[in-house]
Amino acid sequence: MIEYIQNNYSEILTDLGQHIWLALVPVVLGVIFALPVGYLAVRRGWLYQPIVNLGGVLYSIPSLALFLIMPAILGTGTLSPLNIVVSLAVYTFALLTRTVADALLSVQGQATQAAEAMGFRPFRQLLQVELPMALPVMLAGVRVATVANISLVSVGALIGVGGLGALFTRGLQLGFMEPIIVGIVLSVLLAAVCDIAIVLLQRRLTPWDRVATR
Amino acid sequence: MITPVPLFNYFGFLLDPANWGWSDGSIPQRLVEHLGYTVLAVLIAAAIALPIGLLIGHTNRGAFLAINIGNAGRALPTFGLLSLMVVLMGTGLVPALIALVVLAVPPILASTYAGIRAVDRSAVDAAVGMGMRPTEVLFRAEVPMALPLIMSGLRSSTLQVCATATVAAYVGLGGLGRFLIDGLARNQYDQVFAGAVLVAALAIALDLAGAGLERAVVSPGVRQRGSARRGRRRGARSTDTSTQEAPTASTAG
Repeated sequence: MIEYIQNNYSEILTDLGQHIWLALVPVVLGVIFALPVGYLAVRRGWLYQPIVNLGGVLYSIPSLALFLIMPAILGTGTLSPLNIVVSLAVYTFALLTRTVADALLSVQGQATQAAEAMGFRPFRQLLQVELPMALPVMLAGVRVATVANISLVSVGALIGVGGLGALFTRGLQLGFMEPIIVGIVLSVLLAAVCDIAIVLLQRRLTPWDRVATR
Repeated sequence: MITPVPLFNYFGFLLDPANWGWSDGSIPQRLVEHLGYTVLAVLIAAAIALPIGLLIGHTNRGAFLAINIGNAGRALPTFGLLSLMVVLMGTGLVPALIALVVLAVPPILASTYAGIRAVDRSAVDAAVGMGMRPTEVLFRAEVPMALPLIMSGLRSSTLQVCATATVAAYVGLGGLGRFLIDGLARNQYDQVFAGAVLVAALAIALDLAGAGLERAVVSPGVRQRGSARRGRRRGARSTDTSTQEAPTASTAG
């Protein structure tokens, strides 16, 4: 095992690097799209159910299928990394629109009424009252999406772009366990590190809310 | 690399009547195969995870285990586990099925435990006060109230298995994933596209069937309580959101 890592560490590091950006760029994209749509679902109440349902349908599409439907939608080649990035962004978006909407709904109440009474306009109220208060719940959603993305990236190895997934295809071809175990361990570690990083970020951003951290 | 082709070419394989008859490797046969793997793996996983989840939830011993298996299952790369099983045991149905079951257990276990723990303690106390035995408390009070979460765990795990069974075509399993893998190998994007669309449709159909089943088995009283709780969330922040987050967690695969 140690010998395998010593002989191949530069490849392993390259795979790990690719894995990280393939998993995290979609998280950022998904958040950017989920925020306005989730907000819309709250402001226009009749949109809530259709948006939640759409998210549910998108989220249920198996990853390999979505990776390979993308070329038809985007006009990319089947081996383009863009297919993976956009697909994972779609999953993140599907998961987070509901979380954003539910988080914003959960903070409606005395604080928002107070802000309104103090003469906050809707946009300022959103930025300075609702979003900060909704942050713990939203970041819990981001944690789930990040961990899910990290475990899904390796499926991309089946179409040539899969970060640590390349270690799995290599292990399968050679009939070796070592690369597969290294890949699984690094993938799980990466998920744990990102999860903890988001928890720490949340502690910094919402020092008033230690209860919902868990 | 396959270059993009005009739109009408995408549907070639899907619309060819020759692929819709019943023969080895035809669309209906692969569909039934895929459904078979999925149902089999989920049933085995449920037989393992439901009793353990109920026990842990009811006694509240080993909660640590249930929560951590749930989290670890979410972080485990499905393709990695599949590859490991194949290298250890060779190709074939059994190694693939073991991988599917291992991936299907955590969502069921975690949400069954969470569902039982989320049951209103005063309702459980009332059941005990009425003179119910422990098993009666579990099956006549706790389980009916925990059913929405238990069902959502079963649905998550069904989707997880359906998705991973697709990937398992890479290591020789049948099912709809064959169209994706074989199509890629032969550079036939219309076959790949057909497989991808069929897998997506099957997953969506399975999830809708799960939602239907959930409506059928969950008592109307429990359903209403659920929606009332959602309404109340508008008013004050509650800790509910964190427990409700868990079941949606491991859906995609």
